[in-house]
Amino acid sequence: MQSQRSTDLGATDNPSDLKLLVESLRHRSNVIRLSAMMMTNHSSLGHTGGDLSSSDILTTLYMSGLLEVDPVNPAWPQRDRFIMSKGHCSGAFYSTLAARGFFPREMLGTFMDPLSKLNGHPDRNKLPGVEANTGPLGHGLPIGVGCALAARMRGESWRTFVLTGDGELQEGSNWEAAMTAQHYGLDNLIVIVDRNRIQQGDFTENTIRMDPLPARWEAFGFAVKEIDGHDHEALLEVLSKVPLQPGKPTCLIANTVKGKGVSFAENKPAWHHGVPTKDQLVQAAQELGVSPEEMEGMGVAR
Amino acid sequence: MNTTDTAIAEKPKLFDCRDAYAQTLEAMAAEDPRVCVVVNDSVSSTKMKSFQTRFPERFVNVGIAEQNMVGVGAGLANGGMTPYVCGASCFLTARAMEQVKVDLGYSKWNVKLCGMSSGMAYGELGPTHHSIEDLAWTRIIPNLTVIVPADPAETAWAMRYSLQYEGPMFLRMSRMPVREVHGADQQFALGKAPVLRQGNDVTLMANGVMVSRALDAAKLLEAEGVSARVLNMSSMKPMDAEAVLDAARTTRGIVTAEEALAAGGLGGAVAELLALHHPAPMRILGVPDVFAPTGSAEFLLEHFGLTAQGIRAAALDLLGAKR
Repeated sequence: MQSQRSTDLGATDNPSDLKLLVESLRHRSNVIRLSAMMMTNHSSLGHTGGDLSSSDILTTLYMSGLLEVDPVNPAWPQRDRFIMSKGHCSGAFYSTLAARGFFPREMLGTFMDPLSKLNGHPDRNKLPGVEANTGPLGHGLPIGVGCALAARMRGESWRTFVLTGDGELQEGSNWEAAMTAQHYGLDNLIVIVDRNRIQQGDFTENTIRMDPLPARWEAFGFAVKEIDGHDHEALLEVLSKVPLQPGKPTCLIANTVKGKGVSFAENKPAWHHGVPTKDQLVQAAQELGVSPEEMEGMGVAR
Repeated sequence: MNTTDTAIAEKPKLFDCRDAYAQTLEAMAAEDPRVCVVVNDSVSSTKMKSFQTRFPERFVNVGIAEQNMVGVGAGLANGGMTPYVCGASCFLTARAMEQVKVDLGYSKWNVKLCGMSSGMAYGELGPTHHSIEDLAWTRIIPNLTVIVPADPAETAWAMRYSLQYEGPMFLRMSRMPVREVHGADQQFALGKAPVLRQGNDVTLMANGVMVSRALDAAKLLEAEGVSARVLNMSSMKPMDAEAVLDAARTTRGIVTAEEALAAGGLGGAVAELLALHHPAPMRILGVPDVFAPTGSAEFLLEHFGLTAQGIRAAALDLLGAKR
């Protein structure tokens, strides 16, 4: 059986410990970035831009101990729920789950293969650690609201984290869910928006304007904070202090760069679902500081 | 109701199945702390006022937001609850179809959808509020079980059964008054069609509010020397394939009747099965490929021949075609 829920696993008062943790998270995020790109290269399909913008957020949640989950007992009833509402960024999500030990890394090498358990979009009935089948946008937040309501009905202390895209917020179902979250004062719900400002076809602001995004969430009754979604220390700091305000759901707007960490992909709409070549993988590995030996150990054939 | 139908009716007591649904749900909530309810503002039309008063902490009103309502149901199930997501069937199914497909059918969450006032129960309100597409839409979604109860006893059984059953389910509820069609000793089981009347010439298959009309049609046919079997096809998915194929083998044809579009629903399901395994003459009664006009539910059933007389005529036509 799982031991008592711990608190503040991700936070530490010791500055040198924190520095080590942040350095470790930074490198692990880059390993996940490269893993996602290798998977996309393998299947010739994937969403490189969003994989790279969300990697630091995923790593901070899963690798710091902030998110209380148990890979040995993935259905542990008291686990925190993490819902990957932007299910198209499955390359980064699967790589994170594998790194956290939910399934063997070698499975990453089957990404989108015929009959693979690693669909283009996650399926909870195929993979441990997946809380919700996502892919069509605007599904994760209503499900997260339901999770948060369930915890409250059961008098349990676990929390629900939902990671959404920013273009995704054009789906009206998110705002239906936001209204429910504020009406019921769900302070056990934390929404993180991967604000990379690019959607499939163009920049969000050229498509359907999302700004002023923080004010919109505030108007919907959330306690809101903008953070640098690539600053692990800032992410650790804020995630160890949620809810931002008792009685209110939390929204963290993580300002990110789509394609972050790889020069040829950064901030380019074409890399929303761009597929890297072998040569580009080598360049990406160099820029991300991932060694050839680490690439070999990723479970994805080069 | 026309004169023949009136002659058949012996002024039976009529019931609103929503009462059996609401009372059973409340009783289940008293016994099982996992039972909770999600509604979309529709507290009165789902008859949930009493539940809300008694179990306020397990009652969620998301407001007029059906996509969110179904997603919230999936999340509650993820968190270990057994949610009953209740709303007018026209909005619950149509407005939230992708959530029903992805969050329930594909994800297999243990959520019970209660589609209220289905069919043409909101007849006067017009096609926007008719829910005659819901059978076709729900039955084709993998993993989604679909039940259309015919009377209070079957409604209570379906509710009880839904709590034992692990997986997503759509319960299609009417608000049209219906009489009891099952005997006190009737046993219900998922995928089993209650045989309400034995017969050898033709088989009448119906669900929901059409079951009593099929029974009345069988009486009319009996007076004309035609022996009609009557099956209650309440278990829409899974369907009682054995009973359907037996009817095709041992009677001269099948008439289906449903308060829904004739395409894609009960008639469609029966026809698909017969086409593959035992082709047999059929008549499919339902709403043809049109949006229904405005009028009371009774008027609209009459308008589309969804009456005892209509079923009788279809059966005679089917048998005559074979003579």
